[in-house]
Amino acid sequence: MTPVATPFFFYFLSALAIISGVLVITRRNAVHSALALIVTLLAVSGLYLMLYAPFVAGVQIIVYAGGIMVLFLFVIMLVNLERTVKEHQFNRIWPAGVLAAAALLGLFVSVYVKGKTLFPEGDIPLPEASNTQQIAVMLYGNYMFAFEIASLLLLVAILGAVIMAKKRI
Amino acid sequence: MVPISTLHYLVVAAALFVLGVIGVLTRRNVVIVLMSIELILNAVNLNLVAFSRMWGNLHGQVFSIFIVVDAAAEAAVGLGILIAFFRNKETINVDEIDLLKW
Repeated sequence: MTPVATPFFFYFLSALAIISGVLVITRRNAVHSALALIVTLLAVSGLYLMLYAPFVAGVQIIVYAGGIMVLFLFVIMLVNLERTVKEHQFNRIWPAGVLAAAALLGLFVSVYVKGKTLFPEGDIPLPEASNTQQIAVMLYGNYMFAFEIASLLLLVAILGAVIMAKKRI
Repeated sequence: MVPISTLHYLVVAAALFVLGVIGVLTRRNVVIVLMSIELILNAVNLNLVAFSRMWGNLHGQVFSIFIVVDAAAEAAVGLGILIAFFRNKETINVDEIDLLKW
């Protein structure tokens, strides 16, 4: 099983993800940001497919692009204010924020340049097929307790969201 | 052309992470701040899956599924808080939410 045109798809998908990521944080209208975020999520899901992780790619599309983004769009429509579009979009100390983020980027770059030898170049060992089955075995085997805790977390999140969004309990 | 290695994916994830941090630190709209947090979590997931590929085992992918669960919980609770806040103060700007500020 040899991959086809890997570099082209990698650069295409990552350019798509990064460009629409920039759109997410610069658009004035929150709905446009949400649509750009959906494009980013789909591009990242394509990168997961390139990393031989089809199950995570499917979860990304179903849960993120299908579930969380619909929640975001509902809330945007619920709290839609005409005047927020006309206001300043960035807070007063935005240069400090950009500076801090640039420092973080510098940290990443220095770590990756220094630690280049830690990551093997080129040939990466291929994991076996039947990815979904193996993930299921691990979820219900090694990570059984964490899985149960995650379901409890979701229950708490549902209760918290309902209680906070409800007008009177 | 250079073959695509783990480092390539790490660089893409770092770029997405920094974009998310810029969004969290500079935007005023709470909804877009929450979306930037989703960007950050996606960058983390991409890192985990790339490392899982590098080591040839699936622990990273299982962890990335747990992070998706966390992101869903965080989005639900955050948007619930946002709706409660909007009902009380008619604004969704972060810098007007300063009740606890000294």
